[in-house]
Amino acid sequence: MSEFVAPRAHAEFQYASAEHQRDSALAGMWLFLATEILFFGALFYLWVLLRRWHPLGFHLATADTDLLIGSVNTVIISTAGMVFFWGVQQAKRGQNRPVLLAALASGGLGLVFIGLKLFEWSEDVGKGKWPGQVFQAHGDDIGGQHLFWLLYYAGTALHVVHMTIGVLLVAWIAWRARKGEFKPNFYYPVVAVGLYWSFVDVVWINLYPFIYLLGR
Amino acid sequence: MSLTLPAASAHATEVDYLFAALFAVSAAVLGLVFFLMIEFSIRFRRNSGVDRGQPLRRSWRFETAWTAATLVGFLGLGIWGADLYVRELKAKPGALTIDVVAKQWMWKVEHPEGQREINELHIPVNRPVQLRMTSEDVIHDFGLPAFRLKHDVLPGRYETLSFTPDRIGTYQLYCNQFCGIDHANMIGTVTVLSQPDYERWLAANGAAETLAAQGSRLFVSYGCSGCHRAGGHGGEGNVRAPPLDGVYGSPVPLSDGTTIIADDQYLQDSILMPKKQIVASYDPVMPSFAGVIGEEDIVKLVEFIKSLGGKS
Amino acid sequence: MSAVLERGTSVQSHPSYLTDGTTLRSWLLTTDHKRIALLYAASITLFFFVGGAAAALMRWNLISPTGAIVEHDTYNRLFTIHGVVMVWFFLVPAAPTVLGNFVLPLMIGARDLAFPKLNLASWYMFMSGGVLVSWALFRGGLETGWTFYTPLSTDYARGYVSLAAFGIILSGYSSIATGLNFIVTIHKLRAPGMTWFRMPVFCWSLYSTSVLNVLATPVLTMAMLLLAAERILHVGVFDPNLGGDPLLFQHLFWFYSHPAVYIMVLPGFGIVTEIITAFSRKRVFGYQFVIWASISIAVIGFFVWVHHMFVAGVSVYSGVVFSLLSYIIAVPSAIKVFNWLGTMHNGFIRFDAPMIYAVGFVGLFTIGGVTGLWIASLATDVALHDTYFVVAHFHFIMVGGMVTAFLGGIHFWWPKITGRLYSETWGRLAAALIFFGFILTFFPQFILGFFGMPRRYGTYPAQFQVLNVLSSAGATILAVAYLMPLFYLGWSLFRGERAGPNPWDASGLEWRTASPPPKENFHESPVVTWEAYDYPPPEKQQYSLSELREKTDRRHV
Repeated sequence: MSEFVAPRAHAEFQYASAEHQRDSALAGMWLFLATEILFFGALFYLWVLLRRWHPLGFHLATADTDLLIGSVNTVIISTAGMVFFWGVQQAKRGQNRPVLLAALASGGLGLVFIGLKLFEWSEDVGKGKWPGQVFQAHGDDIGGQHLFWLLYYAGTALHVVHMTIGVLLVAWIAWRARKGEFKPNFYYPVVAVGLYWSFVDVVWINLYPFIYLLGR
Repeated sequence: MSLTLPAASAHATEVDYLFAALFAVSAAVLGLVFFLMIEFSIRFRRNSGVDRGQPLRRSWRFETAWTAATLVGFLGLGIWGADLYVRELKAKPGALTIDVVAKQWMWKVEHPEGQREINELHIPVNRPVQLRMTSEDVIHDFGLPAFRLKHDVLPGRYETLSFTPDRIGTYQLYCNQFCGIDHANMIGTVTVLSQPDYERWLAANGAAETLAAQGSRLFVSYGCSGCHRAGGHGGEGNVRAPPLDGVYGSPVPLSDGTTIIADDQYLQDSILMPKKQIVASYDPVMPSFAGVIGEEDIVKLVEFIKSLGGKS
Repeated sequence: MSAVLERGTSVQSHPSYLTDGTTLRSWLLTTDHKRIALLYAASITLFFFVGGAAAALMRWNLISPTGAIVEHDTYNRLFTIHGVVMVWFFLVPAAPTVLGNFVLPLMIGARDLAFPKLNLASWYMFMSGGVLVSWALFRGGLETGWTFYTPLSTDYARGYVSLAAFGIILSGYSSIATGLNFIVTIHKLRAPGMTWFRMPVFCWSLYSTSVLNVLATPVLTMAMLLLAAERILHVGVFDPNLGGDPLLFQHLFWFYSHPAVYIMVLPGFGIVTEIITAFSRKRVFGYQFVIWASISIAVIGFFVWVHHMFVAGVSVYSGVVFSLLSYIIAVPSAIKVFNWLGTMHNGFIRFDAPMIYAVGFVGLFTIGGVTGLWIASLATDVALHDTYFVVAHFHFIMVGGMVTAFLGGIHFWWPKITGRLYSETWGRLAAALIFFGFILTFFPQFILGFFGMPRRYGTYPAQFQVLNVLSSAGATILAVAYLMPLFYLGWSLFRGERAGPNPWDASGLEWRTASPPPKENFHESPVVTWEAYDYPPPEKQQYSLSELREKTDRRHV
């Protein structure tokens, strides 16, 4: 493997060196993710509280969720995460073509996830699960069931928005890989996007049991 | 026209003492800060030539001492205010309970004996009053400067405001929570009368029936008696519904396994949002009367159900 | 050639960030923090006068007890747009995005912020939010108050509530981006030798503000999203008829909006510290105390939000706890005030316009602060809540405090930003007029509120008229006074005397480069070997009168 003289390994003018820039960019991404953890954390905290206050309603509502689609989506998103992680390793070695393939595959899986989610939402609405005056449910503790579905839509909608941004970022990495931009001494954008993508993955891994498993 | 702020209750007078203390503390702090600011600005202006060789001796003990003293002083004011607040909010025995329903943009007052007022409240002097307030639409606020009190009035909930007037007179009532176009017009008066004048007023404005009696007629006309048994009648239809005799103040087991005490809020919720809490062993078939029964009629129905016995 | 200019170097007109590219494109697609600061300056100035116009109309209406010029519905829309624009499109962004953006990298010896493209993106996010809110305004506005309480805002208001809510959400993303940028910049881009405890206090204030921005603003986003969802989709989060809770909105709203008031005022504390040290020629008294006070204010600020809700229907116990916490937060603010006074002690004080603003800040902020004690105490708050007393309290802090500090900062750094000196005579005159107008406008409002006049009333009982007329007269003077800087500052851009690198002979790295600075800020990265505010100690400043005059007269640079 020959050493490339990287045209893009120089630093932006406010940085003292390429390492300085890489450190700062990753610090920025970690800081951003910390705030996102607070954001989703508040939602999960609320979920735990409301589950405690409406145990019956949440138990009944979970039975109406589509376990198949939820589980398939979990497999899809985990695979997408692993594929991209492999891509980061390839970027470290300066192999742009594998990075491109990994990004395309990972982004493609992301799009499948989003598509399945949209389909699942239409199903849910068809079953009368849209919160508000049109909400329908059977059994007791309708109020608790209503709250479950409210949290369901809030959590999955926020997640899908983050997922969409993730797909766009992954597509950007694919674009740059296609142009051959990543070198062994310059690949931190792949790492940064990988961090974000993993975070979106982790949020889903936490949402999945809350929505589909607990109390089923 | 001059500004006045009468103190129409003992609580108001006590709050005024706290105001005086706050004013004194504020004046002292401002006096000190402004004095130093002006003195330093003059003494240490650039060409004043005074000797600046004496640095302010920074001692941690001094800094900590004045910081701690300030904190203790401030907290003292806070505790004073909290104490006054908590004492005034305590329910007082023998309080006259009067219902207030706020609606854009007027105050509707209902006395227990059935007298009704709009934008006015007549009460007797030296007797504790407890206002039980709710809103038909948005959040309002029942504000009484002369009593140094106010409280927000919420839809779907009962809030209470307690006070004991000790001065005869007429006092200003404001809406103190922005509630729409005519918020600034949602004002009225509270008139405190001597006991004999109050009795005369009650008699002159009397309605034929108490709230509870009006409620018992509404119980039939709204169809409640079609399913529920109350006061020895009703509940003869096909639908099985919880009987209401003695329910007020009693424990009610619910379908989600919990047990609650039936209070005013529970009764109101049962009429407007019956699916929120289902009594154990009953089907959730009661229709909602939201939009059908207004807040004033709900007050009367609740008074009727309370009159059926049970612990209050 | 030395890395920084020696004090006293005179520099005539030279290439700078202003001349580096003169096309519109070079401004609208710039990533230079200094140009982005100017883009923001133009925007927030425009928004300030929009919000100010609304205020003027409100005050003129209140000359008469029956409403002199507008109907109730219009009045309600005026105070709503006044609040929304002044809070989110002036007070929250102004000091960080104009002065922070321009000065922070210079102050720490950096060449730009950590993420210059993110900086530009934040301005576009801000402008998008501004466009949505302006669109709502042009279509007729909204009538909910800037506090958007439900169910009024979700089910009853007929104005453009959702549109405004989305505009506010976008401006929030802009704040989060700026906050993130500043935090990483301060951590990673300080010049060699610029340790944390050698940074000027303004940097610490910006750091605290940025942490608040980044942590609190997402909660506002959530509150506004839920508000829009409720209004458009009727999901029932806040509607009691659907099992929701109107108080939930208030908790979400104030959980952000209380830290927000510290977001608005903390940079002002930093600006005032920079000015007072420069114009007393003395290091700040109690540097460590001042810094930890800023940080404590930011932290404790998250734990007091319920003091906006004492009469809203929260439990008695919540009231007591939050009242006591609110008293605690008064302490670090008091520490700052005494440390500013301590800085002036033994100083060599000059009263140029920035110093007039800074000292005015100390006075007016302290008045606003002590009145906070009145409304933090439960029993008195119940009497004063939703009256003009509260209006006066927060205007003393935000206008008498923050706007004053902002203007002080603009004047202080004007020579650095523009390379020109403004007219000191006009500067002092405008400052004096601002203070006079301000006090006449807002002091009567304390009295009005104490005697019971509620907020948000377009008409009022006749006994309140005299004080209202005084307040409106003050507002008219204030309006004229705020317009004055536009003229003399604008004039200085074309005819002002050119400024040297350090016309105030102040410490701080920003004064050791040219005015205006070159695009890359410093020709060589400075290496810092001195503490902040490295003025000579007073005993070493015993100059004769003429030496003093020569040393500190800014025209002899």
